[in-house]
Amino acid sequence: MTALFGKRKKFSLRHQPGFTSIAMACFVLLYAPIIILVIYSFNEGRYIAVWEGFSLQWYIAAWNNEAVIDATLRSLLLAFLAALISTVVATMAAIGTTRTSPYRGLTSIHTLINQPLIVPEIVTGVALLIVFAAVKVATGFQGFFYLVLAHAAFCIPFAYLPIRARLEGMDKTLETAAADLYASRWMTFRRITLPLLWPGILAGAMLAFVISLDNVVITEFVKSAGQETLPTYMLGQLRRVITPEINAISTVLLLISLLVVSLYFIVTRKRT
Amino acid sequence: MASDQLRKGEVRRNWLLSTPALIILLSAASGPLLVVLVYSFLTPGEYGGVVWQFSWDAWISVIFERDIFDDTISIADAHLTILWRSVSLSLMTTVVTFILGFPTAYFIATRPPQNRNLWLFLITIPFWTNLLIRTFAVLEVIRNEGVINTALIAMGIIETPIQILYTDTAIMIGMTYVYLPLMVLPIYASMERLNFNLVEAAYDLYATRLKVLWRVIVPLVKPGIVAGSILVFVPSLGTFVTPRVLGGGKKLMLSNLIELQFGSGRNWPLGAALSITLLAMVMVALIIYIRTTQRDQATSK
Amino acid sequence: MSIFRKAGFVGVALLASVGTANAAGELNLYNWGNYTNPDLIKKFEKEFDVKVTVTDYDSNSTALAKVKAGGHGFDMVVPSANYVKIFISEGLVEKSRPDQMANFKHVAPEWNNPSWDPGRMYSVPWQWGTVGMVVDTEVYNGDINTSSLVFDPPPELQGKINMAPEMNDVLALAILYHGGELCTTDKTVLKKVRDTLVAAKVHWLSMDYGLVEKMPRGDFAAASYWNGAGFRARLAKPSINFGYPKEGYLLWMDSLMVLKDAKNMENAKLFQNFVMHPENAGLISSFARYANGITGSEAYMPADMATAREIIIPDEFKAAGHFLPACSKEANDIYTAIWTELTK
Repeated sequence: MTALFGKRKKFSLRHQPGFTSIAMACFVLLYAPIIILVIYSFNEGRYIAVWEGFSLQWYIAAWNNEAVIDATLRSLLLAFLAALISTVVATMAAIGTTRTSPYRGLTSIHTLINQPLIVPEIVTGVALLIVFAAVKVATGFQGFFYLVLAHAAFCIPFAYLPIRARLEGMDKTLETAAADLYASRWMTFRRITLPLLWPGILAGAMLAFVISLDNVVITEFVKSAGQETLPTYMLGQLRRVITPEINAISTVLLLISLLVVSLYFIVTRKRT
Repeated sequence: MASDQLRKGEVRRNWLLSTPALIILLSAASGPLLVVLVYSFLTPGEYGGVVWQFSWDAWISVIFERDIFDDTISIADAHLTILWRSVSLSLMTTVVTFILGFPTAYFIATRPPQNRNLWLFLITIPFWTNLLIRTFAVLEVIRNEGVINTALIAMGIIETPIQILYTDTAIMIGMTYVYLPLMVLPIYASMERLNFNLVEAAYDLYATRLKVLWRVIVPLVKPGIVAGSILVFVPSLGTFVTPRVLGGGKKLMLSNLIELQFGSGRNWPLGAALSITLLAMVMVALIIYIRTTQRDQATSK
Repeated sequence: MSIFRKAGFVGVALLASVGTANAAGELNLYNWGNYTNPDLIKKFEKEFDVKVTVTDYDSNSTALAKVKAGGHGFDMVVPSANYVKIFISEGLVEKSRPDQMANFKHVAPEWNNPSWDPGRMYSVPWQWGTVGMVVDTEVYNGDINTSSLVFDPPPELQGKINMAPEMNDVLALAILYHGGELCTTDKTVLKKVRDTLVAAKVHWLSMDYGLVEKMPRGDFAAASYWNGAGFRARLAKPSINFGYPKEGYLLWMDSLMVLKDAKNMENAKLFQNFVMHPENAGLISSFARYANGITGSEAYMPADMATAREIIIPDEFKAAGHFLPACSKEANDIYTAIWTELTK
């Protein structure tokens, strides 16, 4: 307990009244529906509605359901690529647009970067459908690339904003000191800026990943034959029945993310 | 002269850094929007799509409507109602996620450094599951036969279930649930850098906890708060799944209205015009918001 | 940065491998979500040595938009009756002549010459059904064969009604309720329709999908919804019954068509023929639980479908069923305006 929560001081200058309780309440509220979801994935009954006893049948069904497995894997791959590209690109853009005196075009860059946030997905979806379709017809190339491009695009603002927020809170003294010591710009970035910026980059990457994983509308319009993702698969199910296989898949995704977290934790523990 | 050169080099470098992002955005986000702009000036096709014929109709229909039965022209009251509904929902969501998210971010930021990433991941893990599933999970909690009602009845506090589902409260719960990490993560990113020496100095000067919070901490993490508010307010304007599943779908959200035009409404130009209007309004609001907070930061320094 | 570079290479390699043009021995089906029996696909793949992909859509208009835009990679699509006509008139589908295929003789007589595709030159029946009243008889046990249940609800049902949020369906039902003609632009009828809808909405609890998850749990007690979902709801809670509004109810049918720019034309035609065989039609029906248009398929369908009231329309209500036509732009604009006013 102590290791997790830190030592209690008599007067903790970090303590604000009520904050810990609110934070704890948030965590509980966040996880309560998830736990229900996990419980129901073991439900014997076919309908998410009624509990009918413990069973692994939905996991087996999901495993045998090629379509849903295929869709899930594609979603994960897509989210990974989109998060990777958008975070790298957003980090560069954040560095180029923050902590500098205003230059011409800065506002335009800001506008462009934030614009995917503002436009309703249905609009981007339709616009991309038209533009990409024309390109697909002209070039005959119909690969996965379009989806990755589309996802990377709308993930950029989600990655950018936390990185920028982080960057704004960092003053330049350390970096200036490094420059004074004749460190190259690259060295300064790698050794000083990047480690300091890292929490922001991580936050941005995780946001981008999650946003991509969830995207329905844009994917629905951009996808070509055989490019089903998990959310579009579920959207198709919305009008019929949502089978508990989806619950099983979601629980598995949760397990995977827990695994990733533990792995990361072990790796970083080793380093310190 | 030399400093001019340095400055020019710096500006060029900054531009170069932003270029990859701009290329991706122009090709897959902003660029295609030009198509939307063009479409808003065309005529709707018979079964959807557009006919390449110039028309102001779409733009006129955004603001004015012709009554179906007596042909009087009036301000498009339906559009305004829907717009107002979406905007107020988004504002409320932003406020609620801030009230919940600020302490949460603070909590995570004040954990021992080696544990912070763990807490961060814990916040985002629920969001590895799908939005639809999460919304249905919230449904399970609040419906008449759901967890809350069953528990309350079992404890004897109430006799018949409280109708939470399909109310505006349900929508708020759902929206907060969906958008909470978008508020927490940016604020955390800002807060993690917080120099508690400043906080300690404030306490040394006999400031109360509240004053410390308001006068020292909040201004220092303002960039995070700004980022978080944008990340919640703006996307929530385009939401439609949560309001429909939890709110019952009886009232259209902005996104539904636009979707209707591209779907059964068969009026792509109107959908395009509505979107451009939305885009313009939000951009103006954003610019005002960012300029005001930047000014505050400049003066406070 | 080295990690990023490595990941980048992996990503590029994956991208390159996934982006291929259609190879021979393939078929790309574009269908409604959760509407294609995987066993049917496996059977087809084995019999003809063809790799099949199924991609989902959730509405006719999305399907039309994507096919019209081009570059989609699909070979076949399964639109509803009113959109079959649109696809044909927009020149998007191939005249594959199912009526000349070997299995055409199995198509039931009432479905082999529909008004939207005379002589079945383009399309093959996939599934058909109705939109009717799904009612929990525990809450209301009066006459359920009337759409007044949703337009002028009895006290027991007020505040407990769900409507499937399908603009065209709801408006059509309301027009029929007032004795009008489908796709009418008659302002007197439409004014009554508008007023009825606005007045009735007060008594509606929600306008959402997901009947099968919600109704057996008591989230609402009556709905205007598709028959297959009503069937599944009844299986979950036996007191739920299905009614056919005598004022007029909607019939729908989804049909399988070959796209004009299909890259696997021959396989597509093979699939059209395949689907007309009773055994395969039975497979389709047993998955989504809707009727198909092929005689003799009953032998291959689950037994409870043979006697289900949701599937077999009782004779006295047969005449009241109407297919939804593709309405003119003028009519559609009025309907959209009514719908927007209703849901604002």
